[in-house]
Parts: sequence; C-alpha cells; structure tokens
Amino acid sequence: MIARIRAVALVPALSVLLALVVGALIMIATSPMVIDEFSLVLPLQAYAAMLSGSFGSVDAVVNTMVNATPLVLAGLAVAVGFKGGLFNIGAQGQFLIGGLSATAVAVSMNGASPLVAVPAAMIAGMIGGAAWGFIPGILKAYTGAHEVVVTIMLNSVAYAVISWTISGPLIGDGVTFARTDDIVAAALPVMIGRNGHLGILFAAAAVPIALWLLYRSTTGFEIRTTGANPDAARYAGMRPRAVIILTMTLSGLLAGLAGTTEILGEVGYMTASYSTGVGWDAIAVALLGRAHPVGVLFAGILFGAMQAGAGNMQILDLPVQMVDLLQAVILLFITADIVVRRLFRVRESAGDIVELASVSRSYGGGAV
Amino acid sequence: MDALYDIPLLGLLLQFVAYIVVQFPLVAPIIVAAAVPIILGALCGFMNERSGVVNIGIEGMMLVAAFSAWWAASLTAQVIPVRGGPLGITPALLVGLAAGIGSACLLSVLHAWLSISLRADQIISGTIINLFAFGITGYLNLLVSQHAPRSGGQFGSLQLPGVITDLPVIDIVIESFVTVGPIALTMLISVFVLQFLLYRSRWGLRTRAVGEHPRAAETVGIDVIRLRYRNVILGGIFAGLAGAYLTIEFGDAFQSQMTNGRGFIALAALIFGRWTPVGSFLGALLFTASVGLERSIRIAPPPGELGSLLTAIPGEFYGALPYLITIIVLAGVVGRSVPPAADGQPYEREKRAT
Repeated sequence: MIARIRAVALVPALSVLLALVVGALIMIATSPMVIDEFSLVLPLQAYAAMLSGSFGSVDAVVNTMVNATPLVLAGLAVAVGFKGGLFNIGAQGQFLIGGLSATAVAVSMNGASPLVAVPAAMIAGMIGGAAWGFIPGILKAYTGAHEVVVTIMLNSVAYAVISWTISGPLIGDGVTFARTDDIVAAALPVMIGRNGHLGILFAAAAVPIALWLLYRSTTGFEIRTTGANPDAARYAGMRPRAVIILTMTLSGLLAGLAGTTEILGEVGYMTASYSTGVGWDAIAVALLGRAHPVGVLFAGILFGAMQAGAGNMQILDLPVQMVDLLQAVILLFITADIVVRRLFRVRESAGDIVELASVSRSYGGGAV
Repeated sequence: MDALYDIPLLGLLLQFVAYIVVQFPLVAPIIVAAAVPIILGALCGFMNERSGVVNIGIEGMMLVAAFSAWWAASLTAQVIPVRGGPLGITPALLVGLAAGIGSACLLSVLHAWLSISLRADQIISGTIINLFAFGITGYLNLLVSQHAPRSGGQFGSLQLPGVITDLPVIDIVIESFVTVGPIALTMLISVFVLQFLLYRSRWGLRTRAVGEHPRAAETVGIDVIRLRYRNVILGGIFAGLAGAYLTIEFGDAFQSQMTNGRGFIALAALIFGRWTPVGSFLGALLFTASVGLERSIRIAPPPGELGSLLTAIPGEFYGALPYLITIIVLAGVVGRSVPPAADGQPYEREKRAT
C-alpha cells in the first residue's frame, strides 16, 4: 500500500516542492521591486505568511476549505473527463452557467423557505452545468468536433450569456450596477467559522461518490473502458457515443455544482461581469491529483490553501498573483516529470497514470 | 426605393444592406484595428497546427508579449528619450518590439520542448503557458505599476500622399488596411506571404506533409522533429507581434489580463479559416465586423422597423457570434472545417532495428 502511494504521489509531491523553490527564486529576483533591496528571506516570510493564512487558525482552516470547495468539485469534473478520455477544458463555462442557473432560481425564490429554496437552486445549478457539458458531449459523439475547441468556445459564450441575463432579466431592484438581488432563502447556511458554508460538505461527499462511480459501478467501468479504447468498448458491447455524452454531462454537472456552491455559499449574488479562473485551476488540480478522486481532494486542498494564504502575502507587499504563478509551475513539473525524476533520481514506476497521454490524440477529429 | 423597403422580410434585408453600406466607412478602421491581434494570433496557431502541434497557449503568449513589450519600451524610453522618426519609430519601441517577440518565442520554445521532445499532452502544455502568463504578468504588473512607470509611447501610422487617400471607393480600404502602424502592416504582408509559401514552397509542402502524415514525411527524408521545432518557435514571433500590437501600437499601456480572450478568438478564426492564413484573416475580420456592427447599432441605430428589430437583439449576441459560428463550422453543420490529420499527435521516431 505504502509503495503504491509512493509510486503515485512522489512525483506530484516533489513537483510542489520544486515549484516552491522556483517561486522563491522569482521572489528573490524581484525583491528589489517589492522592498527596494535584495532579500533572501523574503520567500521564507512569504511562505510562512501563506501557511499561517491557510492553516494558522480555525478561521484560516475554514477559509482554506471554502477556497478548496469549488476547486475539488471542478477538479473532479475535469478528472471524470480524463477518465473517459475527454479533455474538459470547459469547466470554466459549466461553472459559470451552473452558478447562473442557481442564481436565477435562488433570486426568484427569495421569499420561500430555505428547505425548499436551497435544494431547488442547487438542482438548477447542477442541471445548468450538465447542460453546458452535454453540448460538447453530443457534438463530440456525433460529429467528432473536438471537445477542447468546443468547450473553449462555450466558455466565452457563457460569459456573454451571464452578461446578457444579469444586465437584463435578472437585474436586481434598485441596484447601482448590473447585479442580481442578494440571495436570501437559497443561501447555503454557514456551519463553521466566519464563512464555512454547507458547500464544503458537498465537495467532501462528492469525492467518495466519484470514487464509487468511477471504480465500483458499471457506468464507471464503461467510462474508463471507452476512455482507454473506444473501439474495444464498442467490441465489448458498450455504446461509446452514449458514454461520451454521459461523461461530458457528468463532468459538466460537477463543474456546475462547483459554481453553485461558490455563488450560493460564498458570493451571495452574481454580477454581469462575474469572472473566475477556477476552470483553469481545475485542470491543474485534476492533473496534480492524477485524475483520481482522492488525489483531486488533496490537490484541491493544497490549491485552496495557497489561495486562502495568498491574502496574507499582501502584508509583505507581494502580489497575490504569486499563487497563480506557483500553480503554473507545479503543473509544469507534473507535465515535465522527467525533470523531477532526473533531479531526484526517481525511477519510472508502473503506478503512473497513463490515460492522460491519449487525451489530445483525437484532436484531428472524426466521429466515434 | 422606399417601395422596395416596404416588402416584408426582403425589404428589411435590403434596409439592412443599405444600413451596412452607409455605416461601413465609419466602422471599417475599428474593425481592422480589432482584427490585427486576432489575425496575428491565428498566424501563430497556423504555424503550430499545420505542422501538427496544437497550441491553445496563444492567449498566454500574447499576454506575456504585451507586458514585456510595454515594460521594455517604458524602461528604454527613460534611458533614451528620443522623438519618433517615420511611423513613430523610436529606439524604445524597437526594444519593446524585440522584447515582445523574444518573450513569446521563449514560451514557444517551452511549448515545443514539452509537446515535441517530451511528447506531453499539447493541450496541457498550452494550459501551463496560459496559467503561467496570468501569473507572471499579474505579479510583475502589480510590482511595476507601484512605481508609476511612464509609457514608452506607441507606433504611428503610415501616412500616404493625398492623391492616393482621396481615391473614390477604395479610399476606405486603403485607409483601413494601409494607413496603419508597422505591426499591422507586417500582419498584412505575412498573411499573403505565408499563404503563398504554404502552397508554393518547399517549406510549405514539408510543413503540410508533417502535419498530415509525419511518418510518411520522415520516410522521404524530412526531419519531422526539427521542422516542428522550427515552426513552433517561428510561430512565437506572430504571438509576440500580436501582444506588442496591444501595448505599443494600438495603445500605450498594459492592463492585467488585457488580451481578454483574443488568443481564443484567434483559435476560432484559425478553425473558421480552415487552418489557412487568408482564411484566418477573413475569419477574424468577419468576427470583428460582428462586434463593429453591434457598436454601430448601439451608437446609430437604423430607423424604423429594422432599427427596433436590431436593437432588440442583445449586444452580447454579437460578441458571442464568433464562438457560435466556430462550433457550427467545427461540427460540420455547414461547411465542415477539418484540422490537419496529425494535429495534436506527438511524433515518435521509429526505433532502429537492432
């Protein structure tokens, strides 16, 4: 067991470590612009601030969990796609449409009881995300249009849809800029700390559910088989087209749930210019977690912690964008794992995730 | 004439055409200016994808190039404050241009190494570049802007003698496409040169062979790996020009995340243009014309029924139109667009028999 965990988790862990070193070098190199002199301790101060901002107190831990919630859910969305041999780069758009659908239902049910409003808004959010994932799924299955291009395009369409609906039909009463009313009845209740909302539980529950679905259910078996080899899946009596559509829809549902918890739990309303980078972060989370639900959980918490701790770095006059940079470098080392292996003399192991290699192979198109 | 306009539906269409004819000269320069970075970005994608390497990192390359061009120009302008010569060219702007191109090419080297040598997933490689670009430009921009840097200026436009600009009818075309800055002129020349080279040169034939069937290309003696490396890195030049255009030609300032999805529209234009330079060029113009039309309708809506019809369409629709068209074209509902056959597939040399 330990050997297996080591085989799967060693390279990601070392990648994070290397990324922290690269981040430190960047901070040292730019320290004259931050504090007007070269400083070798600035990175240490920065990482200490980040650590205390993410795990230093109960509020900090709660904040980490709140930040991790959408990342874990959207990370699972991308991971489910990977397992099915699909690269869902559109978690961004599904997140946005999920959040928008949840908001639309939530603001219309502001007078209702939370017991009705919360489930209704959440279901609406999941349906919205699932629908936004269904489109690239059906196009991929029947026309061969590559899901990467379609979902990139749908991300931009999602922004247009949000801008239009929120500055139009969903605009709130007496607002000074284009935003919806505050979400009252459907707001996710805070369970712990300042902002520890119910969505955290949904993210926590989604991990074992995804694990069961992917590795213990027939559907999961079909998803993984189709992902590994659609021809073999068809030969075995599965229907690759239906599985592709199902995989993308499920993926969209999870991303939509991520958007739903974020809007209902954390933000509380939506603006016409609402923007997020969670879809891109989710790709990094899924890859760092090796497209495995448990891995995604840890990767999501790590990224959530970095984002929660980023605010503390501002005390040192360091821009929060350092965190984006760290995430990119982590992903770089995960991808260029040969660098990590050479540096730390880690042997290639059989436990590695191989299905990722096949994801962009089908870019050239062709229906299934 | 009015009688024609009264015909239901067809009359509306005629009114619409008349409206576009009247409005076109006013918005044409705006349409072209908006299309320049998109076309340049598409040329970067063209260089990559025609030789079999998917590049979704154009957005990130443009963003980094925009920042480095602006920053380098600003720093140089403080050291060598010279007034501009023809086309407003100053040493600072040339340094900025070089920095923009250089930084985008560096990212291209990274993309080439990851996707060609390491045979990593090319979509992931592009994602890394985008994430890295958001991070590094956001980080540095915040640090740099604390010191309120002065702008390094911007390129001027080509001035033609009045004899040419006063020509009837084509004066609009000349004014929109030719009386522009050096980067836009470079774009215009590159589009047609690349189109010619693709179908009429040894390089073009080899590039197409490598993009469609690398194994066959290798058997006739083409070095697939080397050609892919060269094309991907050269493609970086265009992403660099696209970014530099935003900060030292179209404008003279950098804003966080200012590329604002242009790299992805470039990808859309490339697909819409069936992976050819001239196709991408026309695609990008069509896309920005859609946005130009929206602006025109908002500022000066046509009168009557047509006006109320057009203003009833939400403005966001015109912005989303390029993406919707791309999905339709890709799905093959009308005029299917098919990518190079080997696009996205890492190439592995056959092992020597031992």
